[in-house]
Amino acid sequence: MGAGLGREHCRRCALPLSRQPNLKGHDRNVIQTFTFYLFATIVIASGALTILSRNPVHSVLWLILAFFNAAGLMLILGAEFIAMLLVIVYVGAVAVLFLFVVMMLDVDFAEMRAGFARYAGFGALMAVVLLAEMIFAVAAWNAGGVSVASKAAPVDPSVPNIEALGTVLFTRYLYIFEAAGLVLLVAMIGAIVLTHRTRSGLRPQNPSEQNRRRPEEATRNMNPGIGQGVEL
Amino acid sequence: MGYSLVLTLPEIILSASAIALLMVAAFAGDKAARLSTWLAVLAFIGAALVVPGVTGPGGIAFNGLFVADSFAAFAKILIYVAAAIAMLSAMSWFARDGVYRTEYPVLILLSSVGMGMMASAGDLITLYVGLELQSLAAYVLASFQRKDSRSAEAGLKYFVLGALASGILLYGVSLLYGFSGSTSFEGIAAAIATDGISTGELFGIVFVLAGLAFKVSAVPFHMWTPDVYEGAPTPVTAFFASAPKVAAMALLTRVTIEALGAATFEWRQIVIFMALASTILGGVAAIGQQNIKRLLAYSSINNVGFALIGLAAGTPEGVASVLFYMTVYVVMTLGTFFVVLRMRDEAGQPVETIVSLSGLSRTRPALAAAMAMFMFSIAGIPPLMGFWPKFYVFEAAVAANLTWLAAVGIATSVIGAFYYLRIIKVMYFDDPAPAFEARRDLVSSAVILAAALFVSPLGWFALEPLGTASLNAAGALF
Repeated sequence: MGAGLGREHCRRCALPLSRQPNLKGHDRNVIQTFTFYLFATIVIASGALTILSRNPVHSVLWLILAFFNAAGLMLILGAEFIAMLLVIVYVGAVAVLFLFVVMMLDVDFAEMRAGFARYAGFGALMAVVLLAEMIFAVAAWNAGGVSVASKAAPVDPSVPNIEALGTVLFTRYLYIFEAAGLVLLVAMIGAIVLTHRTRSGLRPQNPSEQNRRRPEEATRNMNPGIGQGVEL
Repeated sequence: MGYSLVLTLPEIILSASAIALLMVAAFAGDKAARLSTWLAVLAFIGAALVVPGVTGPGGIAFNGLFVADSFAAFAKILIYVAAAIAMLSAMSWFARDGVYRTEYPVLILLSSVGMGMMASAGDLITLYVGLELQSLAAYVLASFQRKDSRSAEAGLKYFVLGALASGILLYGVSLLYGFSGSTSFEGIAAAIATDGISTGELFGIVFVLAGLAFKVSAVPFHMWTPDVYEGAPTPVTAFFASAPKVAAMALLTRVTIEALGAATFEWRQIVIFMALASTILGGVAAIGQQNIKRLLAYSSINNVGFALIGLAAGTPEGVASVLFYMTVYVVMTLGTFFVVLRMRDEAGQPVETIVSLSGLSRTRPALAAAMAMFMFSIAGIPPLMGFWPKFYVFEAAVAANLTWLAAVGIATSVIGAFYYLRIIKVMYFDDPAPAFEARRDLVSSAVILAAALFVSPLGWFALEPLGTASLNAAGALF
């Protein structure tokens, strides 16, 4: 187990050399950098297209792409479990659910276009404001050094992701874990309170009553005369 | 670990009884609704009683995720008492309109667990999970009367806007974490104190404060308040206006003082803006309201603004004045809502217009007197209790060299006084409207009487102990 941290680390990427089996340290770093920018660009582009595309179905498709690329970013960070989680939970469940909801929506495309001219001025204003903010943010970022990378949580490469997460989840974050359970409980109660209703006039199955039933109660022996019907 | 669990005893009591009551709900159904409400009140009393014992010496549990200090204790006792009283108002109300279901006390209990978590949050993650636990239960409660389309609309509106606010808050949390390298309040405070505040942290503070401002319904994040207060069933509105406000205010105070104490200059500007905008908008917008619940919504916005003036001071006295303000505010608000809950016409239908209060002094003199007292008190007219919290808040602001803020606050409280006095004028000087239905309700009468006694000059006896307790609680943050 804890053998990983003691080894020599690459100076630029802070990764132990043992994790760079085939490439010399910095070649790997270049590839990492390249993939990071690739994934990051596509995340941002597809995020933008999610809100820009007029067709809601396309929006959801762009969203799925964004989730996939976010998962890729997580992989680069060495958080493979979170990457898989993103794919399974967000792409597999949430996005598909979105897709179903969107397809059930009665989208009126003509009306969608009608509002464009009316809101164009306002939208443009918002865009200008946001653009200005972004320019300021970039300028500020250039001025005051941002040092996120040096503060990233240390990862012990010899411990698998799931194990590391599980360890903190059930020790350091036990309290939060339990509270999250309560949140889910509230969600469940809420769903029941808001949707459950008791219907009258139903004939639900009652197995214990069915099992208690004896042939004597359920059948009657009749002996009708010839040519006469049975009266029940 | 065992010691940590002991510190969270109030939360454990509440969540365990919520789960036990859920079992009652599952097997006994809605027949047991009244019984489980009273059992939930017992749970609240139990939790409130163990709070001082548990948190007396103060302690940190679960590696700093949970802080049990006298500040948390003060807020929790207030939250639990307010939630229990607000819950009591629901029994007879729902019994007559719609169905009173056993899940109601369960949801209030779980919501209060979340509020307790908020009050003792020592970490951004605890902050978020507590806030979500409280809010999620609140969304369900808002649409509890699901056959009423207004209630359903209120729930949906609250949910969508609340989710947006949570998103903003989470974004701020991620920025704060990313730039300071820690999610714990202590860690953030240390990072800001050593490195100074970075642009990223500044953005984080803005987003976190925006998210929390939504929860306390401070302007400019107040838009949901009138609609949700009007649409939600009245007992639920009474709950919204009391306990969650205290919890969110306690959380806001803890975040600003404990985590961002080194950045006081930065957050103070935001808090001052929110305070001024809330007092002014809450005062002006309430003038034209016809519906008493909408009016009380604007009143709550207005009051939150005054409490924020105390927070803007950023001193122990300021924090103490916030706690004191919230205590008196909760009493006045609950009293007022219990009077509003009594407003039913002869056919037993609830009425919500201010006009229907006309001439109440002749048809129901005692009720009118109580309501007049609450209104005078919220307006801050001196002999009544409501004067003192405003006084302390302004005093704290002046002591922190924010004299101009206090002056503007006093001016806006005059605007606010206008619509409170208008209600008194309607009740005492207008021609009587059709009388309200006369009906005995012992619990409600007792609550109204107790609240009226508290806001009357008799409440001055409470000034001394409350003041000491709030100063003691505020001291825990510095």
